[in-house]
Amino acid sequence: MKFRTVLLLILAAALLVPATPSTAQEPVELRITWYDDGNESVVLRDLLDRFEAENPDIRIVIDVVPYTAILENLPLQLEAGEGPDIARVTDLGGLARYYLDMRPYLSDPDYWEENLGPYLTWLRLPGDDEGIYGLQNQLTVTGMYINRTLFEQAGVDVPSDTQEQVSWETWGEACKAVADALGPDVFGFAMDRSGHRFAGPAISMGAQYFDENGHPMVTDEGYRAMAELFVRWHQDGTALVDVWAATPGYVGANEDYANGRLACYMSGSWQVQQFTNTIGDAFDWEVVPFPCGPAGCTGLPGGAAVVAIKDTQHPEEVVRVMEYLAQEDVLREFHARTLFIPAHAGVAMSGVPFETDLDLARAALEQWSSMVPQIMPLAVRLQGYPYNRIVFDASRDRLAQVIVGELTLDEAIQRTQEDIDQRLAELEG
Amino acid sequence: MSHTPRSAPIAKRAQLQPGDLGHLVKSVFLGAYNALMVGLELVINPLQRLVGARRMAYFFLLPNMIIFGVFVLFPMLLNFYYSGTTGTRLMPQDRTWAGLANYEHLFRCGNFSQPNTCVEDMFWRAAHNTVVFVMFQVGGMVLLALVTAVILNREIVARGFFRSVYFYPVLLSPVVVGLIWKWILQRFGLLNAVLTGLGGEPIQFLLDRDWATFWVILVSIWAQMGFYTLILLAGLQSIPAVLYEAGEIDGANVWQRFRFITLPLLMPTLFVVLVLALIRAVQVFDQVFVLTGGGPGTATKYMVQYIYETGFANQIPRRGLASAASVLLGMVLLVFTLAQLWLGRKSEAA
Amino acid sequence: MSTLRNFLIRKRGGSRIDITDALTYLYLAVGTLVMFGPVLWVVLSSFKTQAQLVEFPPRLLPYAQETIVVDGYDEPLPLYRVVVDGEERVLAQIRRVGIEAHMIDPENPPADPARPTDAERIRVNINDREPIERLSLALENYTEPLEKFRFATYLKNSVIVTTVATIITLVINSMAAFALSKYRFAGRDAVFVLIIATLMIPISVILVPVFLVITQLNMNNTLWGVIIPGAATPTGVFLLRQYMLTIPDELLESARIDGASEWRIYWQIVLPLARPALAVLAIFSVMWRWNDFLWPLIVLSRSELFTLQVGLNAFQGELQIQWHYVLAMTVLTLLPITAVFAFLQRFITTGIATTGLKG
Repeated sequence: MKFRTVLLLILAAALLVPATPSTAQEPVELRITWYDDGNESVVLRDLLDRFEAENPDIRIVIDVVPYTAILENLPLQLEAGEGPDIARVTDLGGLARYYLDMRPYLSDPDYWEENLGPYLTWLRLPGDDEGIYGLQNQLTVTGMYINRTLFEQAGVDVPSDTQEQVSWETWGEACKAVADALGPDVFGFAMDRSGHRFAGPAISMGAQYFDENGHPMVTDEGYRAMAELFVRWHQDGTALVDVWAATPGYVGANEDYANGRLACYMSGSWQVQQFTNTIGDAFDWEVVPFPCGPAGCTGLPGGAAVVAIKDTQHPEEVVRVMEYLAQEDVLREFHARTLFIPAHAGVAMSGVPFETDLDLARAALEQWSSMVPQIMPLAVRLQGYPYNRIVFDASRDRLAQVIVGELTLDEAIQRTQEDIDQRLAELEG
Repeated sequence: MSHTPRSAPIAKRAQLQPGDLGHLVKSVFLGAYNALMVGLELVINPLQRLVGARRMAYFFLLPNMIIFGVFVLFPMLLNFYYSGTTGTRLMPQDRTWAGLANYEHLFRCGNFSQPNTCVEDMFWRAAHNTVVFVMFQVGGMVLLALVTAVILNREIVARGFFRSVYFYPVLLSPVVVGLIWKWILQRFGLLNAVLTGLGGEPIQFLLDRDWATFWVILVSIWAQMGFYTLILLAGLQSIPAVLYEAGEIDGANVWQRFRFITLPLLMPTLFVVLVLALIRAVQVFDQVFVLTGGGPGTATKYMVQYIYETGFANQIPRRGLASAASVLLGMVLLVFTLAQLWLGRKSEAA
Repeated sequence: MSTLRNFLIRKRGGSRIDITDALTYLYLAVGTLVMFGPVLWVVLSSFKTQAQLVEFPPRLLPYAQETIVVDGYDEPLPLYRVVVDGEERVLAQIRRVGIEAHMIDPENPPADPARPTDAERIRVNINDREPIERLSLALENYTEPLEKFRFATYLKNSVIVTTVATIITLVINSMAAFALSKYRFAGRDAVFVLIIATLMIPISVILVPVFLVITQLNMNNTLWGVIIPGAATPTGVFLLRQYMLTIPDELLESARIDGASEWRIYWQIVLPLARPALAVLAIFSVMWRWNDFLWPLIVLSRSELFTLQVGLNAFQGELQIQWHYVLAMTVLTLLPITAVFAFLQRFITTGIATTGLKG
């Protein structure tokens, strides 16, 4: 094995001397660290097979890892200089210092600016407004699903049928009314156990999330108002307690919703793919417009990006792969087959032919796509803040403690702020 | 049909029987083992002549000590160094020295029995929970394992099968154990289905502090008990039957025989079991993490989870603080172990 | 019949069944249910479809809805049992609108499937229909991931890691235990206390420093990086030392008088006598390595090196866990270790039975 490598090296060196590009070279191997929410890696493999056929000098290996590895182990590997060439990440800004700036290598940086402009900033560190680090190829929006069939069975009107803007309080009452009418096996409302999910409603209620210096802050009235409402829902039986009280990290209420036990489910656009499989047309599941508060109506954007890693030995090849993946037709196919809504402006504008037979799924995807432009600027800013996960995790863990009665709301908000401050102080330490 | 009875045994012998095959494998294996070991003697015996028989102890210790030193002891020392630093960097030389700041942070507390009065409240909640868990889990498990071992030691039908049954859960990975029981205990799980089927009310096992603690303890007993049962069973079987016969002749009843023959002779084994069980209990993490995630609230959040979350599974890991917590954990355990070792010595001597 | 009864009640001394026997078998029966039931439940669940897994109350066996192909409809139609006007009928559902299901009689399909008449299309409240089902194994839970992932590679890596690590563990730990139990030398107690002290520290709290060491030694992304760090397990040394203490020193002394070298004493006397303890440690090591997840996940980031636990956990995404795959893969990882156990368990039993020594 080693002998062969040495031979090849000598051979390659001999061929390189006259500086003639050779086809006999071993292809460059690139590594992509990836995680799956559904069939994404299969679709990616298909797309990359086509790329490899046209570019025999590059070979791409996809390493599919559990999501926890992306969150917890990848940063450690990157810090130790042992990372891959390309990775699919969700901690967009937090890992920014490990990204490769592709701008010098890109044949057409303007294409990226025009089509992905707002999302490029999510991948940058504060103070950087030049670098192009990756491709946002999965956009998500948080918002609410309802089970219209349950509303009909309960004889409760869906508030958004008659009103332009429905407040969170109104939704809470309507969802509870459904649960009350249909007995103990049906629940009114559930929200994914995630500070990211909580943030959209909180911003609607007036939470600012940043103080005047740009430091994260949760001690204002708006945050408190949503937290109070949320805790009250858990006490008065509106909300399903299981999700927030007794589970590790992130947990969804997919099973309850898919089983027709949940009237309203605050989650996000990524669920469509799963609901297509688990619910099908067993009941009418649909997406409602963003619920509202005094400050507006919004969800939080989010999603995953494919980023180039700085430590790569082959930056030019990496960028060629990224340019291929960013092509409009390639992206359109990726979105059509994975049922994730696009971030790319050109693709979003011309529409994605989502590959599903299910009218409910198509309607949901179209509804989500139409809600993207309505997201409030503060929500975009929060998503672009590199350390937002610190804020989200702290608010999740402390709110859960209030719900089970370990802390009062005041204590919890104070603790949330302290957690955030201490973590950020560690950055400077 | 059988008019050639004499040739039958010969034909049988010519065939390869399953037993023969097993024997063959065994002798090949043993032959290879012996050859290897004799071969090693050619190298090792001259060494013995060089250093003398008594110093061979160091030779036997060496391979273990090298790996132990590099991959256990050195990381622990590094961990100790980390506990005096702050920052998010990985390499020791990049980190900022902070002295005892991390320890002070952990100990800044109004009242140690009230986690809410502490700056690092999660640490103290985890500490309280761990103490409760270790006490009940180790106590309950050793007792149940002993009972099971005594029962399995009786003359029963299909003993091998039952032994396997009790041992089987030990093979499951902690993640799988957590997953299985989460399914059974959740609101719409198997157990509540059974409860409602029997006409009862469903219980929110994982939403109630006490129920959650109870189940976390029970599940980890379920998952580990078989291993300790097996060790205890081995101990029981090594007690000579003669002693019991003598006891019976002397008129000792069942309880007396257990109290004065079984228990004393089982003491060394029981000691091993106790130490091993204690270690596992303190290390409890993955299976509880999957089962309850430390909830409801923080009711089942234990020390290792706290350390893991603080120093590893966070966007901005506080490695220094987590290391300080693990050093404290280690010191408590050290005192504890030495005390137990001392007690063990005493009971062995007695 | 009487043979069976004799077999069942056979006990020491052949005396009749008393209350302690009854209690014994009661305990064993309940124990079997409690210990085995949950595992069985997972095996059964692994054959259920994604939709069935979220069902309540859960059912014991996996089912699939019966369907029927009716002329004029592209897809097979699901069958339901419905009570219409006090009469129970088997109907096929063509669509569901809100809380109402539209059904047809498969025996008597509409003349024009695109526009059935009101008589042909039966409207039923969705709560009044009951799906007709048959037993069906969702084998796709197994086959789909196996097509998608390099199962053979993961299996190979897991087997390598498990066997190599177990052999190394047994060898170096038994050597160390031999030294600690059968020699007096300077520093012995210090070494033992050190081992005991580290016995208690789980690797999960020193993950980062160990990772640092691995990286510096260039063992990142190698199977050695998974195998070596856990090989010198203090638990193993402790276990073996405790057992070897029970081996009488006189045996060793007489061998020495016969001229045996220390190495020969180790492999020809001590190791065979310590077989039960070695078997226990072997089982311990096998299941520990086979199930290890946290550590390989950190060391290995290249899929051709993944072990089963790492590779098969790739089904856990950010936003959803694909339980139907997770369960099926869990069952798959259980199979080999169950087989190994079946083999080693017998070995332990005989090992314990044949070595009659104890201190």
